[in-house]
Amino acid sequence: MAHEHKLEIFRGLLKFKSNTSKIWGVLVFLTIVTAVEVVLGIYKPESLMEPWMTPFEGGFFATIMNIIFSFFIYMKPLNLIFIVLTIVKAYYITWDFMHMRDETKALRRMVVWTGVFLICYLIFILLQEGGYVFEVYNSDDALIKRDF
Amino acid sequence: MDSTVVSTGTEGKTWGGGNKPLKASYGKLMMWFFIVSDALTFSGFLAAYGFSRFKFIKEWPIADEVFTHVPFLHGQELPMIYVAFMTFILIMSSVTMVLAVDAGHHMNKAKVTLYMFLTIIGGAIFVGSQAWEWATFIQGDYGAVQTKGGNILQFGENVTVDGVEKFKRISIDEFAIAQTSERAQHDRSSGLWFVTEESLPPYTVGEIYKGLEANDNILVRTQIINENGEKTVLSREESLKQIKENGKLVVKGANLVVNEYGTSLFADFFFFITGFHGFHVFSGVVINIIIFFNVILGTYERRGSYEMVEKVGLYWHFVDLVWVFVFTFFYLV
Repeated sequence: MAHEHKLEIFRGLLKFKSNTSKIWGVLVFLTIVTAVEVVLGIYKPESLMEPWMTPFEGGFFATIMNIIFSFFIYMKPLNLIFIVLTIVKAYYITWDFMHMRDETKALRRMVVWTGVFLICYLIFILLQEGGYVFEVYNSDDALIKRDF
Repeated sequence: MDSTVVSTGTEGKTWGGGNKPLKASYGKLMMWFFIVSDALTFSGFLAAYGFSRFKFIKEWPIADEVFTHVPFLHGQELPMIYVAFMTFILIMSSVTMVLAVDAGHHMNKAKVTLYMFLTIIGGAIFVGSQAWEWATFIQGDYGAVQTKGGNILQFGENVTVDGVEKFKRISIDEFAIAQTSERAQHDRSSGLWFVTEESLPPYTVGEIYKGLEANDNILVRTQIINENGEKTVLSREESLKQIKENGKLVVKGANLVVNEYGTSLFADFFFFITGFHGFHVFSGVVINIIIFFNVILGTYERRGSYEMVEKVGLYWHFVDLVWVFVFTFFYLV
């Protein structure tokens, strides 16, 4: 049985001699990423606790810009970093441990695009709704009282 | 009579049949499809968690204050350390799994056996750690009072550590003053035989109030997060007033109805999502054990292919993948 493995990661920046050494290399990388997450999680640097941008004020284009830059306007940079690092880890687990890198392009897209699209959609509608319910509970004219 | 099957003229062409456009076996393909659907299930749970968290964004418990325990290091507050260890164990067992798959490609039975064994051990350590985490969470540490509105009030004092004033939690065991109380637990023998009552909380709200009155240093902390990202600490008068007027139930630990850490949904989602993930790990370990014995018995040696190891490997890596997300959204963000 011939099993061809693609032995380079980081777009060819790092090349391994065998599949085994690539596995260890990916382990080292994932461990470093996890360690960075844990250190950031424990120390929570002040500079990463405030959003990088303030919302745009004004008419229609301000709204558009707020949507485009929503990750930088409404999220703490620290949380943004955590989520990006998580996706990076997920990528290397799928691509190198599950050997997605060696599958055909069609299989890869069937699995990844379907999942990513549906998950993004689900997250969008549920978080949008959660924010709306928060407004209903906490706006000035809210009819629901919970501070007792 | 001749066969009625006529030649379609497509033999050897794309639609003539017998093609394997994805170059993957049936079993592997079905495992991938299962993984996609299972990923959607988990993201449904995590998105629902996000929904509830956005709904209570101003009062959600701070994970660093909830998961602070490490086995054998009693009394120390070490957030993140234990869960980071668990994450590392799971990634490590993912590595031994992929090494087993690799050894299978080289038809090396001894190595597949060894690596499968290590994978099972890693999975068992993870499930055990999660059981400990659950036990600690259910046990609780400081205790709190739940108000009529379902909010949680916690106790503590302001202390100065290294020149910085900090709020230090105090356990209800340390200040509650026991009083005689006529409240008896209802059991089957002394009332309706078909009705039982859950065990009573360790103290009554009255006992907590007496203790709070007697200790001038103790303040109440609400679950509302202020602009500094910390929970709001009430003044002394406000503390006494809150407990006296609104206090309803003394809570210690966590269950599906109420928990001492804050919004009850937090504990519900914690139990449900980590439980569902833990169940996946458990079933993964069981499947790994079955495959392990098949490897030892030489089933795949005779079959001439270790593809079964590859298929359970896909499932095992998926469990690891899910944990990476659970770790982020429960402990980090």
